[in-house]
Amino acid sequence: MNSSVDTSQAIENQDLRDTALADAVREHGGAMLSVARRLLGNEEDARECVQEGYLRAFSKAESFEGRSSFRTWLHRIVVNTALGILRSRKRAPTQSIDDLLPEFDAEGCRIEPDWHFNEPLERMLERDDVRSLVRRSIDGLPDPYRTVLLLRDIEGFTTDEAAAMLETNTGAIKTRLHRARAALKKQLEPLWARGEL
Amino acid sequence: MKKDSARMRKVKSVMAKLPMMLTCAEFEAFVLDHLEGTLPKRQRLIFRMHLKVCRDCRSYLAAYERSVELGKAVFQDPESPVPGEVPEDLVKAILAAKQ
Repeated sequence: MNSSVDTSQAIENQDLRDTALADAVREHGGAMLSVARRLLGNEEDARECVQEGYLRAFSKAESFEGRSSFRTWLHRIVVNTALGILRSRKRAPTQSIDDLLPEFDAEGCRIEPDWHFNEPLERMLERDDVRSLVRRSIDGLPDPYRTVLLLRDIEGFTTDEAAAMLETNTGAIKTRLHRARAALKKQLEPLWARGEL
Repeated sequence: MKKDSARMRKVKSVMAKLPMMLTCAEFEAFVLDHLEGTLPKRQRLIFRMHLKVCRDCRSYLAAYERSVELGKAVFQDPESPVPGEVPEDLVKAILAAKQ
């Protein structure tokens, strides 16, 4: 083979690789961008995260063993990249979540209105104000709680997986998840009708 | 009505001292494991007994569960600004960075 054939084959192979990579980015990029937006809360960081995530995935392609789908594998890489970006951000002091936690009297009895759910969940989800309140409430949680809530309830990771990703133990994850959910519930209370106690 | 709820709380605080009974504050620590189905048998029984006698905790748990469902559903909502679309300039940036 002469060198011009070698060169043209190399270019052809490179073109094929580029096309395959571009297809992989187009196929899953939108979903990965959504994941990154949820975790990072801004477009610029989310794009940086997705770019970095894909580059990591491409560079580790040999380690993809096919035990999960490519999308699941990529999802985990993008989430880990997002968590790295969150860790690298200058830490603002974590806001207290205490005001959003359940209230008890001195005897340990709960102080809770009698809630009525007059609207089916499906119908609530059709309302813009409901969706917007839910998003705002989750986005507004302090980072350590928001991150755990997103990993467990939205991204679908197990407690063990979330603990490994956040470099903590499962007890801490469970505590944070419960508090995050309780705080979310407190913020969504305007959605339900209050009965008399 | 408020008097009734204060009276109920008083009754519950007395009941919580009985064997196999919890205060609402103790109940709180069981909620997550209850929802994940990981409560051991004995704790499951204690949890259920408290739930039977405590309207406040039933109301709380229902709102808590509904909040979790709403949180999950909103992010899986097909109308969310989600998947499918990835800006072409991001595709190009990734490919360029790969070179």
